[in-house]
Amino acid sequence: MARILGGIYTSHIPAIGAAIAKGRQGEPYWKPFFDGYPPVREWLDAVRPDAAVIVYNDHGLNFFLDKMPTFAIGAAPEYRNADEGWGLPTLGPYAGCPELSWHLAESLVADEFDMTTCQEMLVDHAFTVPMSLLWPEPERRPPVVPISVNTVQHPLPTPARCFALGRAVGRGIASWPEDIGVVVIATGGLSHQLDGRRAGFINREFDLLCLDRIATEPEALTRYTIRDLVRLAGSQGVELIMWLVARGALGGHVSKVHSHYHVPVSNTAAGVLVLDNEAA
Amino acid sequence: MNAALANAEQEIPGTFIFDGALAMRGYALNKMCYSFNEARNRAAFLADEDAYCELYGLDARQRDAIRRRDVLALLEAGGNIYYLAKFAGIFGLDVQDIGAQQTGVTVEAFRAKLAAAGG
Repeated sequence: MARILGGIYTSHIPAIGAAIAKGRQGEPYWKPFFDGYPPVREWLDAVRPDAAVIVYNDHGLNFFLDKMPTFAIGAAPEYRNADEGWGLPTLGPYAGCPELSWHLAESLVADEFDMTTCQEMLVDHAFTVPMSLLWPEPERRPPVVPISVNTVQHPLPTPARCFALGRAVGRGIASWPEDIGVVVIATGGLSHQLDGRRAGFINREFDLLCLDRIATEPEALTRYTIRDLVRLAGSQGVELIMWLVARGALGGHVSKVHSHYHVPVSNTAAGVLVLDNEAA
Repeated sequence: MNAALANAEQEIPGTFIFDGALAMRGYALNKMCYSFNEARNRAAFLADEDAYCELYGLDARQRDAIRRRDVLALLEAGGNIYYLAKFAGIFGLDVQDIGAQQTGVTVEAFRAKLAAAGG
């Protein structure tokens, strides 16, 4: 039976990818951000996951408005990145684990989460930036199952629904017969707003509350509506819903290994959190 | 026509909720911007902007906003920020540049505001 080792929750701002590509991690603007990641990699070195489920949101690389799945799951042997139009180098490819993908698809749909399954799925910066942060050396990356959540076009799935999806992902992983360790990763957030006259909105107080509640009392965050999250965290701060999916997959009691918060990275408040599912 | 937009802006000032009404209004504009994922399409746009807008069937309001590189006008015309970012990328503009444009301040002032939000 597969075990869920823990969860990693991280921002995925494109500028991070550009900073890595240009080797700027040590510069004054970037160092306080990148300093948040060595403890994450140390934890990964200790638990050595055999597979990763990565919950992210596509920003118009793979999905367009012609067909916009609320929840999609990759079921491919390999995932490719591609040009997003504004100059990030193309990375990857990334190995998949299609057997686990199809097992999760079966399990989730039986559990009444009707996923869109994708045998081809381009992964954008929301996938590639966290992979670079967590495993700078490509050969150390475990095979992945990507789950994409619509944050482009409202209506978006509610925080409560996302948490429930995470619970179902957790049941699906637990019913995988092989004795492997799985890490569940969420990407996105924290507060930010790119569009409108409120562009540049950041809410430190709310972000710090979320970083705490995700660990200790995630159900409290499921009481918000999407409109609440837009108001409190900004138009793109709704990416907190990916964190709720990945938190739902873990048990009720987890131990916080590490958390780090830094403002700003580009237009965004950057957060990273590691929760161990087995040390509690 | 502006009911959805008015509701959203009333609800959360300065904030667009990109819902079905805006997604329908902006479909052609967003489809064009989605095409800018590919370098050859960015080049085709730069070679003849009007012809490229015509190809995707943008309406007069959208074409005018594209011509003026006016992000707020593009949003009001149904543009979605993720697709518009690909349009901005053609000109090397990042989210601080377009944030400054939308809020009517210099890029330096916009960056300073972000830095101040760190507390």
